[in-house]
Amino acid sequence: MTVLAATRPTDWDFPLFLHVLGAAILVGGLLTAVGMQVLAWNRREPGDLVAYSRGGFWALLTVALPGWVLMRFAAEWIRSKEGWNGDNDPSWLGVGYLVADVGFIVLLLTILLAGFGVRRVRRPGATANTLGRIATPLATILLIGYLVAVWAMTAKPD
Amino acid sequence: MDTHDWLLFLHVLAAFALVGAEVMFTFLIFWLWRTDVPADIARVSGLSRIGSVLLGIGAMGTLIFGIILAFEADRYAIWDVWIIAALVLWALTLEVGRRAGAAYDAAGAEARRLVGEGRTEPSPELGAMFRSSNARTLHFTSVGLIAVLLLDMIFKPWA
Repeated sequence: MTVLAATRPTDWDFPLFLHVLGAAILVGGLLTAVGMQVLAWNRREPGDLVAYSRGGFWALLTVALPGWVLMRFAAEWIRSKEGWNGDNDPSWLGVGYLVADVGFIVLLLTILLAGFGVRRVRRPGATANTLGRIATPLATILLIGYLVAVWAMTAKPD
Repeated sequence: MDTHDWLLFLHVLAAFALVGAEVMFTFLIFWLWRTDVPADIARVSGLSRIGSVLLGIGAMGTLIFGIILAFEADRYAIWDVWIIAALVLWALTLEVGRRAGAAYDAAGAEARRLVGEGRTEPSPELGAMFRSSNARTLHFTSVGLIAVLLLDMIFKPWA
Protein backbone atom coordinates (compact mmCIF):
# COMPACT_ATOMS: atom_id res chain seq x y z
CA MET A 1 0.00 0.00 0.00
CA THR A 2 2.78 2.40 0.90
CA VAL A 3 4.51 1.64 -2.39
CA LEU A 4 1.25 2.44 -4.18
CA ALA A 5 1.05 5.72 -2.31
CA ALA A 6 4.62 6.58 -3.20
CA THR A 7 4.11 5.87 -6.89
CA ARG A 8 0.71 7.55 -7.27
CA PRO A 9 0.06 9.48 -10.48
CA THR A 10 1.20 13.10 -10.27
CA ASP A 11 -2.29 14.46 -11.01
CA TRP A 12 -3.29 13.33 -7.49
CA ASP A 13 -0.63 15.50 -5.93
CA PHE A 14 -2.56 18.76 -5.76
CA PRO A 15 -5.73 17.31 -4.19
CA LEU A 16 -3.49 15.36 -1.79
CA PHE A 17 -1.74 18.61 -0.86
CA LEU A 18 -5.13 20.23 -0.13
CA HIS A 19 -6.25 17.15 1.83
CA VAL A 20 -3.16 17.14 4.05
CA LEU A 21 -3.26 20.94 4.42
CA GLY A 22 -6.91 20.82 5.49
CA ALA A 23 -6.24 18.00 7.94
CA ALA A 24 -3.30 19.90 9.44
CA ILE A 25 -5.42 23.07 9.80
CA LEU A 26 -8.17 20.98 11.42
CA VAL A 27 -5.73 19.45 13.91
CA GLY A 28 -4.17 22.87 14.59
CA GLY A 29 -7.60 24.38 15.25
CA LEU A 30 -8.52 21.54 17.59
CA LEU A 31 -5.22 21.82 19.46
CA THR A 32 -5.80 25.55 19.92
CA ALA A 33 -9.40 25.03 21.05
CA VAL A 34 -8.50 22.27 23.51
CA GLY A 35 -5.69 24.44 24.90
CA MET A 36 -8.04 27.40 25.37
CA GLN A 37 -10.78 25.27 26.91
CA VAL A 38 -8.38 23.58 29.33
CA LEU A 39 -7.15 27.01 30.42
CA ALA A 40 -10.78 28.13 30.89
CA TRP A 41 -11.61 25.03 32.93
CA ASN A 42 -10.48 26.22 36.37
CA ARG A 43 -10.71 29.97 35.93
CA ARG A 44 -12.90 31.94 38.27
CA GLU A 45 -11.84 35.44 37.22
CA PRO A 46 -14.50 36.58 34.71
CA GLY A 47 -12.00 38.19 32.30
CA ASP A 48 -9.96 35.00 31.96
CA LEU A 49 -13.02 32.77 31.76
CA VAL A 50 -14.66 34.79 28.98
CA ALA A 51 -11.42 35.25 27.03
CA TYR A 52 -10.43 31.57 27.04
CA SER A 53 -13.98 30.40 26.35
CA ARG A 54 -14.30 32.78 23.38
CA GLY A 55 -10.87 31.77 22.11
CA GLY A 56 -11.82 28.10 22.17
CA PHE A 57 -15.09 28.75 20.35
CA TRP A 58 -13.54 30.91 17.63
CA ALA A 59 -10.68 28.45 17.10
CA LEU A 60 -13.26 25.73 16.44
CA LEU A 61 -15.44 27.90 14.21
CA THR A 62 -12.85 29.77 12.15
CA VAL A 63 -10.00 27.25 12.01
CA ALA A 64 -11.12 23.68 12.71
CA LEU A 65 -14.36 23.83 10.71
CA PRO A 66 -12.83 25.30 7.50
CA GLY A 67 -9.96 22.82 7.91
CA TRP A 68 -12.48 19.96 8.01
CA VAL A 69 -14.25 21.27 4.88
CA LEU A 70 -10.98 21.53 2.93
CA MET A 71 -9.83 18.09 4.13
CA ARG A 72 -13.13 16.41 3.25
CA PHE A 73 -13.57 18.15 -0.12
CA ALA A 74 -10.04 17.18 -1.18
CA ALA A 75 -10.57 13.60 0.09
CA GLU A 76 -13.57 13.23 -2.21
CA TRP A 77 -11.57 14.70 -5.09
CA ILE A 78 -8.80 12.12 -4.60
CA ARG A 79 -11.34 9.29 -4.27
CA SER A 80 -12.96 10.27 -7.58
CA LYS A 81 -9.54 10.12 -9.25
CA GLU A 82 -8.75 6.70 -7.77
CA GLY A 83 -11.95 5.14 -9.10
CA TRP A 84 -13.16 3.71 -5.80
CA ASN A 85 -16.94 3.33 -5.71
CA GLY A 86 -17.66 2.01 -2.22
CA ASP A 87 -17.57 -1.69 -3.16
CA ASN A 88 -13.83 -1.91 -3.65
CA ASP A 89 -12.69 0.60 -1.03
CA PRO A 90 -9.67 -0.44 1.05
CA SER A 91 -10.26 -0.72 4.81
CA TRP A 92 -8.04 2.25 5.69
CA LEU A 93 -10.25 4.44 3.52
CA GLY A 94 -13.26 3.26 5.52
CA VAL A 95 -11.49 4.27 8.74
CA GLY A 96 -10.83 7.70 7.25
CA TYR A 97 -14.45 8.18 6.18
CA LEU A 98 -15.82 6.96 9.48
CA VAL A 99 -13.61 9.24 11.55
CA ALA A 100 -14.14 12.23 9.24
CA ASP A 101 -17.93 11.97 8.99
CA VAL A 102 -18.74 10.96 12.57
CA GLY A 103 -16.14 13.52 13.62
CA PHE A 104 -18.00 16.23 11.70
CA ILE A 105 -21.17 15.67 13.73
CA VAL A 106 -19.13 15.75 16.95
CA LEU A 107 -17.33 18.88 15.71
CA LEU A 108 -20.63 20.68 15.06
CA LEU A 109 -21.92 19.65 18.49
CA THR A 110 -18.69 20.86 20.09
CA ILE A 111 -18.95 24.23 18.31
CA LEU A 112 -22.56 24.64 19.43
CA LEU A 113 -21.74 23.78 23.05
CA ALA A 114 -18.72 26.09 23.04
CA GLY A 115 -20.79 28.91 21.47
CA PHE A 116 -23.64 28.62 23.96
CA GLY A 117 -21.04 28.34 26.72
CA VAL A 118 -19.55 31.70 25.67
CA ARG A 119 -23.01 33.30 25.77
CA ARG A 120 -23.54 32.03 29.29
CA VAL A 121 -20.19 33.11 30.72
CA ARG A 122 -20.75 36.64 29.41
CA ARG A 123 -23.69 37.00 31.78
CA PRO A 124 -22.92 38.89 35.00
CA GLY A 125 -21.88 36.65 37.88
CA ALA A 126 -20.84 33.66 35.72
CA THR A 127 -18.05 31.72 37.44
CA ALA A 128 -17.80 28.58 35.32
CA ASN A 129 -18.42 27.50 31.75
CA THR A 130 -20.29 24.21 32.17
CA LEU A 131 -21.11 23.86 28.46
CA GLY A 132 -17.49 24.64 27.63
CA ARG A 133 -16.45 21.91 30.05
CA ILE A 134 -18.61 19.43 28.14
CA ALA A 135 -17.10 20.66 24.86
CA THR A 136 -13.53 20.13 26.10
CA PRO A 137 -13.54 16.28 26.24
CA LEU A 138 -15.47 16.22 22.95
CA ALA A 139 -12.78 18.30 21.26
CA THR A 140 -10.13 16.06 22.84
CA ILE A 141 -11.85 12.92 21.54
CA LEU A 142 -12.03 14.53 18.09
CA LEU A 143 -8.32 15.27 18.21
CA ILE A 144 -7.53 11.66 19.14
CA GLY A 145 -9.89 10.40 16.42
CA TYR A 146 -8.25 12.52 13.75
CA LEU A 147 -4.81 11.31 14.85
CA VAL A 148 -6.09 7.73 14.39
CA ALA A 149 -7.18 8.81 10.90
CA VAL A 150 -3.68 10.17 10.24
CA TRP A 151 -2.35 6.73 11.22
CA ALA A 152 -4.82 4.99 8.88
CA MET A 153 -4.02 7.34 6.00
CA THR A 154 -0.25 6.98 6.30
CA ALA A 155 0.29 3.40 7.47
CA LYS A 156 -2.64 2.12 5.35
CA PRO A 157 -3.33 -1.09 7.31
CA ASP A 158 -5.13 -3.83 5.35
CA MET B 1 2.53 -2.86 9.23
CA ASP B 2 6.26 -2.85 8.68
CA THR B 3 9.01 -0.54 9.90
CA HIS B 4 8.59 1.79 6.93
CA ASP B 5 4.87 2.29 7.68
CA TRP B 6 5.58 3.16 11.31
CA LEU B 7 8.38 5.54 10.38
CA LEU B 8 6.14 7.25 7.83
CA PHE B 9 3.35 7.56 10.40
CA LEU B 10 5.69 9.09 13.00
CA HIS B 11 7.14 11.44 10.36
CA VAL B 12 3.64 12.63 9.34
CA LEU B 13 2.52 12.85 12.98
CA ALA B 14 5.49 15.11 13.71
CA ALA B 15 4.60 17.19 10.65
CA PHE B 16 1.08 17.62 12.02
CA ALA B 17 2.53 18.82 15.33
CA LEU B 18 4.70 21.33 13.45
CA VAL B 19 1.87 22.65 11.26
CA GLY B 20 -0.56 22.53 14.19
CA ALA B 21 1.76 24.78 16.19
CA GLU B 22 2.01 27.24 13.28
CA VAL B 23 -1.80 27.25 13.00
CA MET B 24 -2.03 27.93 16.74
CA PHE B 25 0.43 30.86 16.54
CA THR B 26 -1.36 32.29 13.51
CA PHE B 27 -4.71 32.10 15.32
CA LEU B 28 -3.25 33.84 18.39
CA ILE B 29 -1.78 36.63 16.24
CA PHE B 30 -5.18 37.32 14.64
CA TRP B 31 -6.96 36.82 17.96
CA LEU B 32 -4.91 39.53 19.64
CA TRP B 33 -4.62 41.79 16.61
CA ARG B 34 -6.68 44.70 17.89
CA THR B 35 -5.83 44.61 21.57
CA ASP B 36 -3.52 46.91 23.49
CA VAL B 37 -4.54 45.48 26.87
CA PRO B 38 -1.56 43.87 28.67
CA ALA B 39 -3.72 41.21 30.38
CA ASP B 40 -5.08 40.03 27.00
CA ILE B 41 -1.60 39.47 25.59
CA ALA B 42 -0.17 38.06 28.85
CA ARG B 43 -3.09 35.63 29.09
CA VAL B 44 -2.04 33.57 26.05
CA SER B 45 1.52 32.99 27.28
CA GLY B 46 0.59 29.52 28.54
CA LEU B 47 -0.89 28.53 25.21
CA SER B 48 2.03 29.90 23.23
CA ARG B 49 4.38 27.83 25.42
CA ILE B 50 2.39 24.72 24.48
CA GLY B 51 2.74 25.80 20.85
CA SER B 52 6.51 26.17 21.25
CA VAL B 53 6.80 22.66 22.73
CA LEU B 54 4.70 21.25 19.86
CA LEU B 55 6.85 23.11 17.36
CA GLY B 56 10.02 21.66 18.87
CA ILE B 57 8.66 18.10 18.91
CA GLY B 58 7.34 18.51 15.36
CA ALA B 59 10.57 20.00 14.03
CA MET B 60 12.81 17.34 15.56
CA GLY B 61 10.42 14.51 14.72
CA THR B 62 10.10 15.45 11.06
CA LEU B 63 13.87 15.74 10.73
CA ILE B 64 14.82 12.54 12.57
CA PHE B 65 12.13 10.29 11.10
CA GLY B 66 12.55 11.91 7.68
CA ILE B 67 16.27 11.17 7.60
CA ILE B 68 15.74 7.59 8.81
CA LEU B 69 13.08 7.15 6.10
CA ALA B 70 15.45 8.45 3.43
CA PHE B 71 18.01 5.79 4.39
CA GLU B 72 15.47 3.03 5.01
CA ALA B 73 13.54 3.30 1.74
CA ASP B 74 15.27 1.88 -1.34
CA ARG B 75 13.47 4.30 -3.64
CA TYR B 76 14.87 7.39 -1.96
CA ALA B 77 18.36 8.63 -1.30
CA ILE B 78 19.36 11.41 1.07
CA TRP B 79 20.92 13.31 -1.86
CA ASP B 80 17.70 13.36 -3.90
CA VAL B 81 16.97 16.94 -4.91
CA TRP B 82 13.56 17.04 -3.20
CA ILE B 83 15.04 15.71 0.06
CA ILE B 84 17.89 18.22 0.03
CA ALA B 85 15.33 20.96 -0.76
CA ALA B 86 13.25 19.75 2.20
CA LEU B 87 16.25 19.90 4.53
CA VAL B 88 17.07 23.45 3.39
CA LEU B 89 13.42 24.52 3.76
CA TRP B 90 13.25 22.89 7.20
CA ALA B 91 16.33 24.82 8.39
CA LEU B 92 15.02 28.10 6.92
CA THR B 93 11.60 27.59 8.50
CA LEU B 94 13.11 27.00 11.91
CA GLU B 95 15.41 30.00 11.76
CA VAL B 96 12.68 32.38 10.51
CA GLY B 97 10.24 30.91 13.06
CA ARG B 98 12.80 31.35 15.85
CA ARG B 99 13.17 35.05 14.97
CA ALA B 100 9.38 35.51 14.80
CA GLY B 101 9.05 33.74 18.16
CA ALA B 102 11.67 36.03 19.71
CA ALA B 103 9.75 39.11 18.56
CA TYR B 104 6.42 37.86 19.94
CA ASP B 105 8.05 36.56 23.14
CA ALA B 106 9.40 40.08 23.77
CA ALA B 107 5.84 41.46 23.48
CA GLY B 108 4.57 38.71 25.79
CA ALA B 109 7.28 39.43 28.37
CA GLU B 110 6.46 43.15 28.28
CA ALA B 111 2.74 42.34 28.73
CA ARG B 112 3.50 40.15 31.76
CA ARG B 113 5.72 42.88 33.23
CA LEU B 114 2.93 45.45 32.89
CA VAL B 115 0.40 43.05 34.45
CA GLY B 116 2.85 42.35 37.28
CA GLU B 117 3.05 46.09 37.96
CA GLY B 118 -0.73 46.21 38.13
CA ARG B 119 -1.08 48.24 34.94
CA THR B 120 -4.30 47.12 33.35
CA GLU B 121 -4.94 50.07 31.06
CA PRO B 122 -4.32 49.71 27.29
CA SER B 123 -0.71 50.27 26.27
CA PRO B 124 -0.26 51.54 22.69
CA GLU B 125 3.48 50.76 22.90
CA LEU B 126 2.71 47.14 23.76
CA GLY B 127 0.19 46.96 20.91
CA ALA B 128 2.79 48.36 18.54
CA MET B 129 5.30 45.72 19.69
CA PHE B 130 2.79 42.95 19.12
CA ARG B 131 1.72 44.27 15.72
CA SER B 132 5.22 45.09 14.48
CA SER B 133 5.55 44.48 10.76
CA ASN B 134 8.88 42.74 11.37
CA ALA B 135 7.33 40.07 13.62
CA ARG B 136 4.35 39.65 11.30
CA THR B 137 6.54 39.33 8.20
CA LEU B 138 8.76 36.75 9.89
CA HIS B 139 5.79 34.70 11.08
CA PHE B 140 4.02 34.63 7.74
CA THR B 141 7.31 33.89 5.97
CA SER B 142 7.68 30.79 8.19
CA VAL B 143 4.07 29.81 7.38
CA GLY B 144 4.82 30.20 3.66
CA LEU B 145 8.00 28.14 3.97
CA ILE B 146 6.06 25.33 5.67
CA ALA B 147 3.52 25.39 2.82
CA VAL B 148 6.37 25.09 0.29
CA LEU B 149 7.89 22.30 2.40
CA LEU B 150 4.58 20.43 2.30
CA LEU B 151 4.36 20.93 -1.48
CA ASP B 152 7.91 19.58 -1.82
CA MET B 153 7.05 16.49 0.28
CA ILE B 154 3.98 15.70 -1.80
CA PHE B 155 5.09 16.64 -5.34
CA LYS B 156 8.64 15.29 -4.82
CA PRO B 157 10.14 17.30 -7.70
CA TRP B 158 12.90 15.55 -9.69
CA ALA B 159 12.30 12.32 -7.76
